[in-house]
Order: sequence, then structure tokens, then C-alpha cells
Amino acid sequence: MINKKVANAQEALKDVQDHQTIMVGGFGLSGIPENSIAELVNKNVKGLTCISNNAGVDDFGLGLLLQKRQVKKMIASYVGENAEFERQMLSGELEVELTPQGTLAEKCRAAQAGIPAFFTPAGYGTEVAEGKETREFNGKMYVMEEAYQADFAIVKAWKGDEAGNLIFRGTARNFNACMAGAGKITVAEVEELVPAGELDPNQIHIPGIYVKRIFQGSNYEKRIEQRTVRKRD
Amino acid sequence: MALDKIGIAKRIAKELKDGYYVNLGIGIPTLVANYVPENMSVEFQSENGVLGMGPFPFEGDEDPDIINAGKQTITTLPGAAFFDSAMSFGMIRSQQVDLTILGAMEVAENGDIANWKIPGKMVKGMGGAMDLVASAENIIVAMMHVNKAGESKILKKCTLPLTGVGCVKKVVTELAVLEVTPNGFKLLERAPGVTVDEIIKATEANLIIEGTIPEMSF
Repeated sequence: MINKKVANAQEALKDVQDHQTIMVGGFGLSGIPENSIAELVNKNVKGLTCISNNAGVDDFGLGLLLQKRQVKKMIASYVGENAEFERQMLSGELEVELTPQGTLAEKCRAAQAGIPAFFTPAGYGTEVAEGKETREFNGKMYVMEEAYQADFAIVKAWKGDEAGNLIFRGTARNFNACMAGAGKITVAEVEELVPAGELDPNQIHIPGIYVKRIFQGSNYEKRIEQRTVRKRD
Repeated sequence: MALDKIGIAKRIAKELKDGYYVNLGIGIPTLVANYVPENMSVEFQSENGVLGMGPFPFEGDEDPDIINAGKQTITTLPGAAFFDSAMSFGMIRSQQVDLTILGAMEVAENGDIANWKIPGKMVKGMGGAMDLVASAENIIVAMMHVNKAGESKILKKCTLPLTGVGCVKKVVTELAVLEVTPNGFKLLERAPGVTVDEIIKATEANLIIEGTIPEMSF
């Protein structure tokens, strides 16, 4: 067993530097690596390019990095819930690259799978395809998209073991499973870290080979963005 | 009388077929889930990674790890599955999902759709809309026929930045059901009490009108 365990977020992210590109898992606020984001804020690394489906809200998730102006460029598919983001984008402080969600996911997956580029129909005929190669396959038009190149991929899982194997829970799997292994260094934080051998190999979602460092997170807030319920009869 | 949002959702629910996997967009499309005909098995996909989406949880049962693409807390039904975002859009692109229902700011008679960006305004992003419209074989748009200023949103050509080209198959508005044909919009049905003239007046695009246009039934 190759042991991937590190003590905490500080150790896991010790070599993150200014101006690096960092993938951050999660969808909305669900499944975001809360401890790692807090550590990036703490480290005060600047000029980051963040690849994440969303940009958090003003006071949580990637919004915390935006508040401290640590992000130079945001690559996302939807950034709707963040007033500070909007302010920085409109003032030109923040560069934004909007990417169709499925394309964003596949650009991560392609990096994870060692595929430099792929063709997708998403965005053909729209401004997303401007400047990109297009090609016809079987009578339909596609746009070529390239795999991301990231220095770090930071993901959050439900359970993990010291070998770096990951199990996700519910829809918190989202981009986390596509980003694991998609950066030069993948850091995984988990709600529960167990010794190797305790997780059933049949149930592993992401094998540990994709994970360079793993640590058990703490104090998960797991904030809900849109609390929707129905009344009990 | 023009339909309200619930009326539009109810009419779209009539397009569901037994055994369909369906992706519902945010807004009116979400309401369609409330009007699935009885004895019909339909499974809802949400692109953040779930098939077999159920109703909202009871108060106190909300789970931050179980949400839909609108970031709302949800439940799952027997037979549900979770998966990652790449697989989710994989099943959308490979047309495993039978029907996509989404909203729009504009649609054009060639099937173009615009629903993500208004120049000069804050752009929030396209989310999964571009993937959905470029991939789905069967796309129904739920939208209002005219904007608040009374201008038609059913156009010869979209004026806003496009989300997808030549992809819309059917449009259900508060006034009418329209089919996108190679020759343009064909008027299929009118809302109860709405006249064909009223629909023509509310439509900038040309309408193909053949014979008597029936009223929608629910």
C-alpha cells in the first residue's frame, strides 16, 4: 500500500504557489472541499486560475477566495449566486471564461484520462465555438475542446482510505470524480479517513492512483444553497 | 385566455411518454414533474448527477449531498442512481435522455434558441443548457410568447447570443403550441379561448396555419 495520508490541509497544499491553475470540485456548494478552500485563503496565494463549475456564494466556497482577490481568472459554467463575483467581473478585475457544463466536465475527464482534446456538439454555432476548430461527424457539427492543464486538482469525498481510494455520497460526487487525477497533484479531503483495507474495493469510485495526498477534513458546514422542502401531512 | 405557468407545464406534461428519461430545466419546466400522468413511468435526470429524482424532502430531511441542478434539496425514488458530471453529460450527449424541457428568452423559426445571455447585463453563464440543446433529439421549450414590453419572443431570427442552433422541436407558450418544421413554425394548438389572430399578432415569425387549429386539451 502506498500511503497518501497527510495530516491536514496545510500539509496537503504546502506547495501551492501564486499564479497556479487549480481545479476545485463541487456543484454549487455541494461537495466543495471546504477545508482546502479555507487553507488557500489562509495561505493567501494570489493570481490563481480556478476551474470550478460555480464560484461559490459571497461568504462561502470559492467566494472566500474572491473576497480576498486571490483569483485572477475563473473558469466556470454558471456563476449566478455571487455579488462580489459580479462586481469584480464587471470592473474587469476578474477574468471569466464561461464554459458549457458538460464541456467543462469532459475537459476535466479528458485530462484525467490522458486525452488532449475531443469533439462535442455543445456550443456549435454560438460564441463558445469562436476561434475553435469545428468538424462534421456523421452529418452533425462538433467543436474541438482541449483537456485542462491544472497544477492542482482539489476534490472532496465522503470516505477515503490511506491508499487514496475515494467514495462519494449522493450528488456530491459531481465534478469531484472528474477532477481527481486531472491535475498534476490531486489533493483529496474526506469526511472520514480509514486505514487501507477497510473500504470494500468493489465500492471504490476513484482508485487511489489518482490521488497524491489525502487528509481527513474537519468542521464541515455543508451549507445548503436552496433549501426546498415539503410539509409533512 | 392565455395559460399561466402551471397551464404551460400541464400541457407539456402531455408530451411525456411511458419509459421516458427526462431532463427538466429551471423554472416552468420544473413544474412539469408535478403533472406526470398516472400509470406512467418517467424518470427525471438532473445534470449534476442523479437519475430518479423525487419530490422535495420533508422538513428536517434535507440533505446537502442530495440536490438537483437548481441546487435545491431533493429526494430520490426507488431505482435512482448517482453519477459524476462527466457521465451525466455523457448520457445527455449520447441521447440516452429522451426529452429535454427548458426555458428560453427567444426561439427562431429555424429552431435556434437563445436563453443564456443578454448583452450589457450580468452574464451568469450557460450552465448545462448548451450541452442539452446541442445533444438532445427531442427538445421542448416552455416560454412566454411575448416579453414584458409586449414584444414577440417567437422570431424569424434570434437577436440574442445563441445557446444552440437548429435544435428546438416544439414550443409551448401561454398562447399556443408550435412545431418547428423545415419551413418554419407550424401552429398546432391554441390556448383555450385564444384566437388564431391573437397568436399571429403575438408572433414575429411567420406561422404555418393549416385548417382549423384545435384548442389545447389537458
